[in-house]
Amino acid sequence: MIKAFAWAGAAALLAAGAVTSQAADINDAQIAHIAYTAGNIDIAAAKQALAKSKNPKVREFAQEMVRDHEAVNQKALALVKKLGVTPEDNATSKSLSDAAAAEHKKLAAMSGAAFDKAYAANEVAYHKTVNGALDSTLIPGAHNAELKSLLQTGRTLFGEHQMHAEHLASALK
Amino acid sequence: MARYPTAFAASAALLLSLALASPAIAAPKVHVVVMDKLKFGPVPAGLHVGDTIRWVNKDLFRHTATARDGSFNVDLQPGASGTTKLTKAGMIAFFCRYHPGMTGKLAVAK
Repeated sequence: MIKAFAWAGAAALLAAGAVTSQAADINDAQIAHIAYTAGNIDIAAAKQALAKSKNPKVREFAQEMVRDHEAVNQKALALVKKLGVTPEDNATSKSLSDAAAAEHKKLAAMSGAAFDKAYAANEVAYHKTVNGALDSTLIPGAHNAELKSLLQTGRTLFGEHQMHAEHLASALK
Repeated sequence: MARYPTAFAASAALLLSLALASPAIAAPKVHVVVMDKLKFGPVPAGLHVGDTIRWVNKDLFRHTATARDGSFNVDLQPGASGTTKLTKAGMIAFFCRYHPGMTGKLAVAK
């Protein structure tokens, strides 16, 4: 419950975005920014886990998060360059970053098994939030076909990560 | 004039019978399974113990092909490929350790 709460604000904003997306017309520059931010947040969380955790399962998971999200974000950077799009900061990106900063601070105060459990639970909640946003807002809202395709790859990846995070969380119980 | 065709037919028949007999002593084969877009591609049919699977990772991401029964494991960076040997008959389930939704099955005959 507490774990999910950190992402509730961001999730609400993303859902609101979904409702108004046709009218507000979220543009590709904003979508690219949100997707890139979402990847970076998970990389930062993983780096925090690598600095703090001694659990081999947690470390392997965190290394995977860094590796996979860096691969997608590199691809995203190459794509926006090719398309001549400059990612544009927006309220959704800011809300995700704010929630991530709060979560980072909370986890920074923890250590050992308590940290491992909290990190795994947060990874489940975070991937769920981002998957919801990809399905409801980002993928349907993307205009450029290549951006849409990359977001779909990202969606499959986040789905895999959510499943892996769930396995990790239940293994740590 | 008739001799050569007869000899030819005889040797052709011999070759044919050797060819027909050969499945029993078939040389081990190499089969390819591609990993791309967070999925394993189609698994080839007609797998036998002693054959090799060449796993080709065409994806952006690092993957493994890991047998659930522990009979093989290969860990591949993006763009890399590697081989595993089929050591036992049966239905062998495999998955990627990093992306647990990536799964497949190999039907291996003796």
